[in-house]
Amino acid sequence: MKILALESSGLVASVAVTEDGNLLGEYTMNYKKTHSQTLLPMLQALTEMIELDLNTVDAIAVSKGPGSFTGLRIGSATAKGLGLALNKPIVPVPTIDAMAYNLWGTDKLICPMMDARRQQTYTGLYEFVDGELQTVLPQCAVDISEIVEKINKLGRPVVVLGDGVPVFEAYLQDNCKVPYEVAPATCNRQRAASVAALAEKLYQEGVVETAAGHKPDYLRLSQAERELAERDLAGRDFSI
Amino acid sequence: MMNNMEKEIKILAIESSCDETAAAVVVNGRDVRSNVISSQIDLHTLYGGVVPEIASRKHIEKINQVIEEALKKADMTLDDIDAIGVTYGPGLVGALLVGVAEAKAISFARNIPLIGVHHIEGHISANYIENKDLEPPFLCLVVSGGHTHLVRVADYGKYEILGKTRDDAAGEAFDKVARAIGLGYPGGPKIEKVSHEGNPDAIDFPRAKVADGVYDFSFSGLKSAVLNYLNGCRMKEIEINQADVAASFQKAVTDVLVGHAMNAIDEYKMDKFAIAGGVASNGTLRKAMEEACAKKGVKFYHPSPILCTDNAAMIGAAAYYDYLAGKRAGMDLNAVPNLRLGE
Repeated sequence: MKILALESSGLVASVAVTEDGNLLGEYTMNYKKTHSQTLLPMLQALTEMIELDLNTVDAIAVSKGPGSFTGLRIGSATAKGLGLALNKPIVPVPTIDAMAYNLWGTDKLICPMMDARRQQTYTGLYEFVDGELQTVLPQCAVDISEIVEKINKLGRPVVVLGDGVPVFEAYLQDNCKVPYEVAPATCNRQRAASVAALAEKLYQEGVVETAAGHKPDYLRLSQAERELAERDLAGRDFSI
Repeated sequence: MMNNMEKEIKILAIESSCDETAAAVVVNGRDVRSNVISSQIDLHTLYGGVVPEIASRKHIEKINQVIEEALKKADMTLDDIDAIGVTYGPGLVGALLVGVAEAKAISFARNIPLIGVHHIEGHISANYIENKDLEPPFLCLVVSGGHTHLVRVADYGKYEILGKTRDDAAGEAFDKVARAIGLGYPGGPKIEKVSHEGNPDAIDFPRAKVADGVYDFSFSGLKSAVLNYLNGCRMKEIEINQADVAASFQKAVTDVLVGHAMNAIDEYKMDKFAIAGGVASNGTLRKAMEEACAKKGVKFYHPSPILCTDNAAMIGAAAYYDYLAGKRAGMDLNAVPNLRLGE
């Protein structure tokens, strides 16, 4: 089984190809250029280097969100375009799950955290049991205080990773009551290899979408929708 | 054996610069085999205008269906396609990026040449589709919700911008005035409709001139004049005649657009004039332009309303001439929200 994976949910742009549990190639960048300028040229370079015939790919995996709305859409539209052109299905991989997968095998709790602005984070809690990723708290958008409170309540050592870590460093130092470690450079940001590895499992479990049906999972409404919902709520009469 | 038949160049075009997700197949720039548009207008009406994030989200949900339908209606597959044309600016960056990323992925996966198209170039090129005789040079007025450009089309792909708006686009002024007089969004068609019941000479709104740019436009002053008039009426408790305000406003816009166009026709000695863009489907503007052109013996061109609105057929028409000129985009093509014509 061959998986082509795309990851552009945050600042990192990453593409990878796996075949039956082996990584054939990965190209990961964490540089100021936009995903629109990097993702496709990186994919082009990678496929040339590993002499990949795109038609031999079984599915296109994409980091489906949460993350930067625009970043997610560049990944999604690229996956949809590939899916349409190659007639391949999409495997939508939860972004935070894939980040947790970077730390395969750890006996600690795993807490990926992306900066979601306004003191919020896209996060979740995970652990590995017998080599399988288990979800303790599914990916969500919450205040940093909420996730740290949850970690404290669980009372277990935790590894943190993601672009939210430097942003919330001071908060963690002041408020995290359990021992926590920051993952090293090899695995502290999004990686398409993890997206692909997780996608292999999801694909076998039948978690696939058509290229036409796929869309990102933002976990958040747009600002305009939020404001409209608040207005509607404010105007509603709750008395029965 | 030589084949006397000219090879047909089949272009798949994609447009997602604002609130329409569109795809089309166009052969040799003028023969539209399919033109699929998925409009989001009902959704944005809830918010009184286009919300960029919502527009971008809708594009990603619709884009594959729209492309597949365009291919199907043209009775083609990607195997038949010689090039992909995609709008890469100007427009809403998040919206543009969906089309650009999709087009690049298809181009890459199938090794089909990619052409980045300027949205305004697309609007201008919409005129080629139904007017097989139209060839440059000609003068073109592009009027839409986002643009007001007076352009001299020197040749295919060669544009000289003679004037543009300094503030609001003409269509934007329509939207704002429509909102102020309670007609709602989208303003253009609503103002045109109610204007039929009104007197265009009832209120003397200003026809703004821009001192240092004879062909430039300014519509924010006109919009303010309408708002001031409405406020004045309310203060004096004079009843507002919605139809008269709409008709007088529309007349003021039309006068300026026609005036500038006719002056440019004289100065540049043009014998062909075309209008394009969403506002070009406004019947009053169209009629005024037609009459003014007829007086000068200038041939007047305009696209059907379906080709005035944002669509991909026009992008396919523009892409064809870019294709012939050897223009190709790389896999690093980016969306450029404020892309200038001629870049």
